Amino acid sequence: MENFTPVSALIGGSLIGLGTLLLLVTLGRIAGISGIASQALFQRDGRSWRLAFVAGLLLGPILVGLLLEDFSFSTPDLSIRTLTAGLLVGLGTAWGSGCTSGHGICGVGRFSPRSVAATLMFMATGFLIASVF
Amino acid sequence: MQLLFAFLSGLLISAGIAVSKMIDPQKVLSFLDLTGNWDPSLALVMVAALMVYTVGYRLALKKDAPLFDHSFYLPAKQHLDKSLLAGSAIFGIGWGLTGYCPGPAIAALPTFNAGTSGFVLMMVAGWFIAGRIPLKRSGVKS
Repeated sequence: MENFTPVSALIGGSLIGLGTLLLLVTLGRIAGISGIASQALFQRDGRSWRLAFVAGLLLGPILVGLLLEDFSFSTPDLSIRTLTAGLLVGLGTAWGSGCTSGHGICGVGRFSPRSVAATLMFMATGFLIASVF
Repeated sequence: MQLLFAFLSGLLISAGIAVSKMIDPQKVLSFLDLTGNWDPSLALVMVAALMVYTVGYRLALKKDAPLFDHSFYLPAKQHLDKSLLAGSAIFGIGWGLTGYCPGPAIAALPTFNAGTSGFVLMMVAGWFIAGRIPLKRSGVKS
């Protein structure tokens, strides 16, 4: 438990909540990152706001890096494991219609039965795989 | 206006991903791996985000329309189906293998490191393939 960081977790989580809520209040859209990013790439209709959203995603951590003094984070090695994981995350979020943001926050927050089921499912396999491998 | 607020939404979300350290896959794995030195931080990230959204969602829907569009675009589907459940299970496997879900992986792209770039390229390939090959439409009534 010595790595537990409750304060930054609560502040960061609140920012995520505010960001997802902002998209609902202004554009009336669910802030599902996998759906928005994939449609920005593969769907012509409504591409511009989706690209603007992805641009914001790319710039947020850069802004945090400028504001916070000791901001650093690890990144994965390029390996078969990393590439396999990327493919599975892509396939799974497309087939499952969402990821941690769309299902886990927006969907669960709306009490959507589909999103509650999806979230329980990806949390279960996520815990299992990370604990076993 | 739509572009500005879509941009600000993405900016706030990934700033939150960065501040909460969810951008660090090791941090996420220390939550998902129950066998090691367990770190519950990610649970608090989700709790905080959910509290804001759950309350805000209900306030927002008291209006007939969002500020900069004619109507809300909310998913109408209610029933569980195979694609939803199997897809989510597959997503969780990928998440548990590296600690990356789509948001943090995209947010970390500007570091230009090979691992993150490779992950995102394969994720995009996965989106493309899944768009061509649906996982079975037959619905399981919930």
